[in-house]
Amino acid sequence: MSKPPQFSAETDGPSIRLALAGSWTIDASSRLERTGVALVPAALAGQAAIFDLGGIERLDTAGAWLIDRSRRDLKAKGIDTQIERVRPEFTILLDEIGARDVEIPVLRKGSAIIDILADTGRAMVDFGRDMFAGVAFLGELVTAFGKLIRHPSRFRGTSLFFHIEAFGFRSVPIIALINFLVGGIVAQQGIYQLKRFGAVNYTVDLIGVLVLRELGVLLTSIMIAGRSGSAITAEIGSMKMREEIDALQVMGMRPTDVLIVPRLLALIVSLPLLTFIADLSGIFGGLIAGWLYAGISPSAFINLLREAIDFQELSVGLIKAPFMALIIGLIAAIEGLNVEGSAESLGRQVTASVVKSIFMVIVVDGLFAMFFVSIHY
Amino acid sequence: MDGLDLDVRKGEVLGFVGGSGVGKSVLTRTILGLVAKRAGRIEVFGSDLDSLTPSQFGTIQQRFGVMFQQGALLSGLTVKQNVQIPMREHLRLSPALADDLAMLKIGLVGLPADAANKMPSELSGGMIKRAALARALALDPELLFLDEPTSGLDPIGAADFDELIATLQKTLGLTVFMVTHDLDSLYAICDRVAALADKRVIAAGTIETMLASDHPWLRSYFHGQRGRRFLNAAGSAPLSPP
Repeated sequence: MSKPPQFSAETDGPSIRLALAGSWTIDASSRLERTGVALVPAALAGQAAIFDLGGIERLDTAGAWLIDRSRRDLKAKGIDTQIERVRPEFTILLDEIGARDVEIPVLRKGSAIIDILADTGRAMVDFGRDMFAGVAFLGELVTAFGKLIRHPSRFRGTSLFFHIEAFGFRSVPIIALINFLVGGIVAQQGIYQLKRFGAVNYTVDLIGVLVLRELGVLLTSIMIAGRSGSAITAEIGSMKMREEIDALQVMGMRPTDVLIVPRLLALIVSLPLLTFIADLSGIFGGLIAGWLYAGISPSAFINLLREAIDFQELSVGLIKAPFMALIIGLIAAIEGLNVEGSAESLGRQVTASVVKSIFMVIVVDGLFAMFFVSIHY
Repeated sequence: MDGLDLDVRKGEVLGFVGGSGVGKSVLTRTILGLVAKRAGRIEVFGSDLDSLTPSQFGTIQQRFGVMFQQGALLSGLTVKQNVQIPMREHLRLSPALADDLAMLKIGLVGLPADAANKMPSELSGGMIKRAALARALALDPELLFLDEPTSGLDPIGAADFDELIATLQKTLGLTVFMVTHDLDSLYAICDRVAALADKRVIAAGTIETMLASDHPWLRSYFHGQRGRRFLNAAGSAPLSPP
């Protein structure tokens, strides 16, 4: 084990001789720092300081820096310094360190209020840009669809069916399960509330209308935004990262046609189908809960349901589904194309894609609710 | 790996070459303790890695500095914070001294002072390599591992980097273990070269030893299209003894 850094000061005529010993290396940590900081006060009494480095066993940049800094500080106070008995292998290091100016660049710190205002402004500008980009992208998609209609032979059918399987078919179990559970939970809560008015049978109306109009399509859209929207962003984003998108473009293919149109169409086809499955399983969940908690037999439930709802209820949910699919697909594609070179950026865009599409799905659902009420549908 | 034997001597720059996929990185990662070895013996600073307790290995690890091929700078931290991570973790220094030392290291590797507060994503490839080297030097290691230090740099940047490694090696008295493909680096700064092929070190020694070897891989490496220009440029005098 090497000796810790230390020094002794003795008066040598008008000057002070600082005899340094031990190993002046960074593994001594705070001990090195304390010893190094003590050098300057020890030499203040004299007119000159002599650094006797003969006793130093090991020296690294940290030690050399502390010695050099002390010399500079002493010089600034008008005390001459010189170095003696330095081993040749340390000379290079000391010279190198001595030749360097260390300045610590200061971080610009602004006022917190201005930063908040600037952030708010930036967020608004970004929101505006997002909107603009969304509309521009939608336009690009419409022209892509238009071209497809004129040249149907260029349509990428395989890709479409591949994505319908990925987004639609493979989502069936999770969508059915979630809606079954939520349908059951809502029915159970409804039963307990309506029991107080002796109107338990109205639970069937509650479940029928709520699931068909809102819950089915909303839960399905949110699940798909999380499951397929994120997948689209990640796929397109990683292709963007590895310059695959650029490669497609250079080979004369339009990324919108090749990558985005099939995915978007697949979502638009899948989401209404999934919504229908969601409606069925939500109602089935309600039926089971009604049977268990209120003793409404399945045949009675179905009879009540037939009175409570008609085709209109079902169509309200199904009409919304393709729009939700369009929103999810658009946001996912835009965010995917916004990915830059790094993996962090990919992660950021996937998160943004999911958050934005869930937000937009709920907002648009609210708009639809207002719209349907105002046309008495 | 089979019957592999390799020594790195104190104070030398060892270039470690070998074809792609022969296990250069696996060997390096094994020495660093990132991959468990199946058999054999690794000795670092005179102690057998198997006989060490985890805390003893930790102490040894502080005497390593490692520069990864892609830099491996932590992306959420600035360059200065990256350099300070090892110091914060293992040492107790005042923030002012830690700042001074970090800036010193950043200066030593030839980065401008204003690079200190930049995020790794704002740096060019060459600057990332330099910042990674500054972090590797943070604890003043005795043994420095460099994984392809010049890959991905343009020839001028690569030559500068070679020069930087040579200067730092002399100034700080480092022992350097350098995995590389770069013939320029081998000729410019390596004291010795070790070549890995056929699951073992087929040759270790100076460049002349390499050139004299008649192992087919070494012949194609040093006497191939790319290798030959060095032979021509250097003439026959210094490289091949009469």
